[in-house]
Amino acid sequence: MIQGLAVLSFSFLLGMWCGELLGTWLGIDANVGGVGFAMIFLLLIKEYFQQKGWWNTDMGFGIEFWNKLYIPVVIAMAASLNVKAALSSGTLAILAGIIPVLAAFWVFKYLIKAFPSLNHE
Amino acid sequence: MNEFNLVLDKNGLVVAFLIVGALTWLTNLFSKKVLNSRIPGSAIAIFLALVLGYLGGVWADGEKGIADIPFFKGLGTLGGSMFRDFAIVATAIGASFMLIRKSGFLGLISLVLGIGIFFTVGAALAWIMGYRDAVSICTIAAGACTYIVGPVTGGALGASSEVIALSIGTGVVKTIAVTIFTPILAPKIGLKSPGSAMAFGGIMGTSSGVAAGLAATDPKLVPYGAVTATFYTGIGCLVCPSLFYLILSAIVG
Repeated sequence: MIQGLAVLSFSFLLGMWCGELLGTWLGIDANVGGVGFAMIFLLLIKEYFQQKGWWNTDMGFGIEFWNKLYIPVVIAMAASLNVKAALSSGTLAILAGIIPVLAAFWVFKYLIKAFPSLNHE
Repeated sequence: MNEFNLVLDKNGLVVAFLIVGALTWLTNLFSKKVLNSRIPGSAIAIFLALVLGYLGGVWADGEKGIADIPFFKGLGTLGGSMFRDFAIVATAIGASFMLIRKSGFLGLISLVLGIGIFFTVGAALAWIMGYRDAVSICTIAAGACTYIVGPVTGGALGASSEVIALSIGTGVVKTIAVTIFTPILAPKIGLKSPGSAMAFGGIMGTSSGVAAGLAATDPKLVPYGAVTATFYTGIGCLVCPSLFYLILSAIVG
């Protein structure tokens, strides 16, 4: 179990490092795609381990646990957001927070219609 | 009683496991018995958590929602960026690398499209509400992208702290809006496959909102949405204070 967790931690730290490096290279004070890089590393390592025959269900369990913990983490995150400040920072914050989201849903609908192959794989 | 409070105070994270566990148990029961599973239990739990976040802000007058109240402080740790990102990465274990590669190009298009939509509509709203200087409009429009792009852009351009606070507020409202609207609108907009989830993550950005919204829609889609959404804030921080600001100041004068 702990070996799977170690694989996950290794991918996570490596990905975050790449994100920081990319951010510095682009000259901005932000992590660019660290989570995305980490996800791709995790998938590649898993594939490599499976080919080598090193992967076992116990390792998968260590990662699966965190995968399942994802929704509880999101719930805790929602409860620790500054919802009051967001709602009381004025009409503009509420309008500029909601209207673009609705516009983006509308654009997404047409994007999916333009690329119907997305939903048929 | 004093000893009990001491235990709670020392073990905040464990208390948070208990609170979230009890909350999901109740909402799952409510979803099954009362709503016939028409709305997923996790969606109700996320919505209730937002309500708790609001109440926490009212009672404690802090910045971390309910986590500012000592009894609930562990929720701030459990819901903090380290656990959030770690758990999002773990969701990749259920994803297929082939599918991610196949939809990679469309993911990129949707990222550019998404940042463009949010910035443009955000800037237009800031103009309508009376802002006339390029720095303020740009900061608020960047806040419409995510609550990180806003302050990073405002800091780079030297916006007033009032405008920066407004941009953070805008970004948080966006996260909440995406969380609530995604499960409601998903069936109407054709959000149902890994490929469409990747495009969705790119258009919407806000990793917290996308991941929470997809979790409430279909947990299998979370890794695909997250893998593109994670690039959104970075690219936003890159183009908002530079390219977009130059275009905006050319228009506003």
